[in-house]
Amino acid sequence: MLTDLLGPHAGFIVASYGLTALVIAGLIAWVLVDHGAQKRQLAALESRGVRRRSAARTLDPEGAA
Amino acid sequence: MALSITALANPTRFLGLVDRAVPWLAGLTAVLFAVGLVLTAQSPADYQQGETVKIMYIHVPAAWLSMFTYGLMTVSALGTLVWRHPLADVSAKAAAPIGAAFTFLALVTGSLWGKPMWGTWWVWDARLTSVLVLFIMYLGLIALWRTIEDPSRAARPAAVLILVGSVNLPIIKFSVDWWNTLHQPASVFRMDGPTIDGSMLTPLLVMALAFTLLMLTLHLLAMRNEVLRRRVRAIGLVTAGGAR
Repeated sequence: MLTDLLGPHAGFIVASYGLTALVIAGLIAWVLVDHGAQKRQLAALESRGVRRRSAARTLDPEGAA
Repeated sequence: MALSITALANPTRFLGLVDRAVPWLAGLTAVLFAVGLVLTAQSPADYQQGETVKIMYIHVPAAWLSMFTYGLMTVSALGTLVWRHPLADVSAKAAAPIGAAFTFLALVTGSLWGKPMWGTWWVWDARLTSVLVLFIMYLGLIALWRTIEDPSRAARPAAVLILVGSVNLPIIKFSVDWWNTLHQPASVFRMDGPTIDGSMLTPLLVMALAFTLLMLTLHLLAMRNEVLRRRVRAIGLVTAGGAR
């Protein structure tokens, strides 16, 4: 069936596209999971009243890093 | 109001820009991938390679992006060493895993294309070996950043290493011209114009644009994460200082 559509080397083509989709999905998952983790850590620290020195100076918790 | 590079030195302003730009970039990337995949499915079989030529539409963009990402890291390294831009090292560090992933894809899809067409998975020729060196450079840089805990201490050695590694970029590009290789020479970016037929060039360029926008979107998101990671670290240091 697949070889009718993509020829005798269909397995190589499907493997290439499948791997590419997997790697791209992995990259997207990596940035999203990492973002969630950083936001949680930041929220936990700030909820304890801790501020960065620069933020404390400017009285702006979202000030320059 | 135009945002200058200097204005983006403020990470908070940069984070605001990322939040505004990413939905548009992600949407445009998805549309381009959809169009590119439809064009790819409709593209003709090659008279010699048959349908196996379809691997080109992901292998070539991945290979271009492997070099483009390192080029971006090279500019970022200059930003760290010359202009001392606060986001330059963030940019370089965020780009490295993305560049490594695209280089990995270029190597593996190239191997999957090479086996049925060349009869071998791998040859130690100049193009393949120089791309493998690029992959190892990416891994080395990621290891360097992970080894040195303080990002401000890691920034300069990483930038120097990136600049040293950038020598490899022209070697990769011109390896097929300078040495006898199994890999075919350039067929798109040539002085005398592309040698590839329009029916294959169009889907290739659309897929390349989709990959490029994907890379830029992921890079902005990874930079945002790195800025947040450094904020967490800065607050952690304040806590540690207060506890002493």
